[in-house]
Amino acid sequence: MYKYDQYDQAIVDARVDEFRDQVRRRLAGQITEDQFKPLRLKNGLYLQLHAYMLRVAIPYGTLNGKQMRMLGHIARKYDRGYGHFTTRQNIQYNWIKLQDAPDILADLATVEMHAIQTSGESIRNLSSDQYAGAAADEIADPRPWAELLRQATTFHPEFSYLPRKFKIAVTAADEDRAAIRLHDIGLKLVRNAAGELGFEVYIGGGMGRTPFVAPLIRPFLPAANLFSYLEAALRVWNRNGRRDNIHKQRIKILVHDLGQEEFTRQVEAEWQHILGNASDVPLVEVERIATHFAPPPFETGLSDAIDRSDPDFALWVDQNVKPHKAPGYAIVNISLKPVGGIPGDVSAEQIDVIADLAERYSFDELRATHAQNIVLPHVRKRDLYELWTALADAGLATPNLDLISDIIACPGLDYCSLANARSIPVAQKIADRFADLGRQRELGELKLKISGCINACGHHHAGHIGILGVDRKGTENYQLLLGGSGAEDASLGKITGPGFNEDGIVDAVERVTDKYLAVRQEGERFLDTYRRVGFEPFKEAIYG
Amino acid sequence: MADDFLRFRDDEPTEEPAVTLDAFLDQTNSSAVRLEAGEDVRLLLPHLHHISLIEVDFPRFRDGRGYSSAQILREAGYKGELRATGDVLVDQMDHMRRCGFDSFAPNAPIDPEVLRATLDRYAFRYQTAADAAVPVWKLRHG
Ligand code: HEM
Ligand code: SF4
Repeated sequence: MYKYDQYDQAIVDARVDEFRDQVRRRLAGQITEDQFKPLRLKNGLYLQLHAYMLRVAIPYGTLNGKQMRMLGHIARKYDRGYGHFTTRQNIQYNWIKLQDAPDILADLATVEMHAIQTSGESIRNLSSDQYAGAAADEIADPRPWAELLRQATTFHPEFSYLPRKFKIAVTAADEDRAAIRLHDIGLKLVRNAAGELGFEVYIGGGMGRTPFVAPLIRPFLPAANLFSYLEAALRVWNRNGRRDNIHKQRIKILVHDLGQEEFTRQVEAEWQHILGNASDVPLVEVERIATHFAPPPFETGLSDAIDRSDPDFALWVDQNVKPHKAPGYAIVNISLKPVGGIPGDVSAEQIDVIADLAERYSFDELRATHAQNIVLPHVRKRDLYELWTALADAGLATPNLDLISDIIACPGLDYCSLANARSIPVAQKIADRFADLGRQRELGELKLKISGCINACGHHHAGHIGILGVDRKGTENYQLLLGGSGAEDASLGKITGPGFNEDGIVDAVERVTDKYLAVRQEGERFLDTYRRVGFEPFKEAIYG
Repeated sequence: MADDFLRFRDDEPTEEPAVTLDAFLDQTNSSAVRLEAGEDVRLLLPHLHHISLIEVDFPRFRDGRGYSSAQILREAGYKGELRATGDVLVDQMDHMRRCGFDSFAPNAPIDPEVLRATLDRYAFRYQTAADAAVPVWKLRHG
């Protein structure tokens, strides 16, 4: 894991000092709320329905036990005893007082954490593959590049006030676990024919009210030029992106308006200018960063055998445990989606338990995932049973990874001032309807995603089944979408037709899954069947 | 004219009033020009050698186009005065300095104490820009 040096620490400490001063001036009435808003947003502080919400960055989703415990401490001391893991590998607290925010940031800084650029029109916290460094299918660990970009994009002066927010995701495997093509920039680490490292660069993806799957802008960018190329893309957008209509200011709109070809031409031309600045981070620095991500000291000669005599344990292994690149090890997913729970919510006590388990069983490392779950990346197979027992005791062993109850849901009307409808109760009702695990497993991989409004924080466009809350004549109404995917086969879901009320949407989901079971062929996931048979049979099943 | 503490140059300020970009391009003997947000700064590049003041306007502080304009001018070797005007607030001025602005004419008054604290706060920078700061990756490797 990356460890701060004196420079990183000094920069984060200075940021705490700066924000403390900004809050002081705000509370003293020296700056208006209008002027303060973008300043607090640059530090992840939103004003919500009931209180301030603070979003803390977990860069590329990686953290250690000590950091996790600090997140628990903050939940206890400044919030109501819980936190909420988000779809961008961050954690949010929903009940924060403005005057506490500087102290929270100071606490975070003691464990090398911050809330820098977690909201506002800035370059946001980088996201990455939650299995990085453990996955069998990656060509290299993508996180050194993510850390390089974290540093290079932190307080980048030219990109202080971009037209809109800007989100970057980096992966290094063919299986896309970070939804890179639904980001403003998606980067996939690849090797060219000569064996050199570089990136596939996708630009202009995103969700929100105008969703796009990002086109491939450059098939091979030499790794050494990663940052200058990003600067070129950002500059083209900063100069030419719209600023007259908040809904049309993301880079995806510029890419769409200019067309892929013209946008690419402009970026390439700008890049030629920027190359002269020598802003690229040299490879010695990449190597320095990479030493922090050296594989942990895996034991050799471990057995791959797992004692499956406890059926509940075996079920959890089948669903939540994934192959690791080192023999004798496994990747463990901790589902934060118990039936009846709030997707992504964890109590301070659970946070502490997870921190302990990461220290004991996973080389003191854990990951937050974009599906709002937690990963222990490096667990010896022979420890799995003990680990599972401890997780089960803490209510953290729900064996539903990637099943229909592993729902992504935004905070919705329960917390969010922009919401049209509640998301959490719908997620709970669906999880409840499909509570029978045998039934869920029969349905297989099924990614269900719910947003409480068109902003799409819950990724509904990218759900195999998506649900979108809308306002229909003052009542909450839900539209159903089918066929989206945030993975390597990225696609956008299609709205089925008229919406439903809260119970109606649960029934509609059930009609869709019934139809799938009736028409699927051997080995097909829901998404595969949908792509084969198309929209109509499902539409007919829903509306009759 | 900028207040003393809002000007970071030793030379005498230009007395000439800044003309619009269009006017400047029509009669290129002017040495002071004013750029509105959204105007293409690159049109000035052939004329930099006889310009001594460029004003870049910020109509709203959240409009960040002027940062790129400044950076492009400094990258092209412009050495004259670069002034940020308009809705320029103290919390933006550190980044403006980094992009090459060396004087400020804000709409609203700036508290000199707060400005000093702001400009002194960050001892280290992660990236190269138009200022003299050495990025930390360079400090790390000598
Ligand atoms: C409760 C307070 C929140 C507010 C006010 C809020 C606001 C917004 C807005 C306005 C957008 C649309 C941006 C755009 O289209 O340009 C957006 C997008 C998004 N938000 Fe949130 N959000 C909130 C919470 C969350 C949470 C809790 C998550 C994660 C679980 C989240 C994740 C996202 C994601 C992934 C997007 C889509 C990004 C894209 O368009 O590519 N947000 N949010
Ligand atoms: S999708 Fe809408 S309702 Fe949900 S968190 Fe985002 S802005 Fe709020």
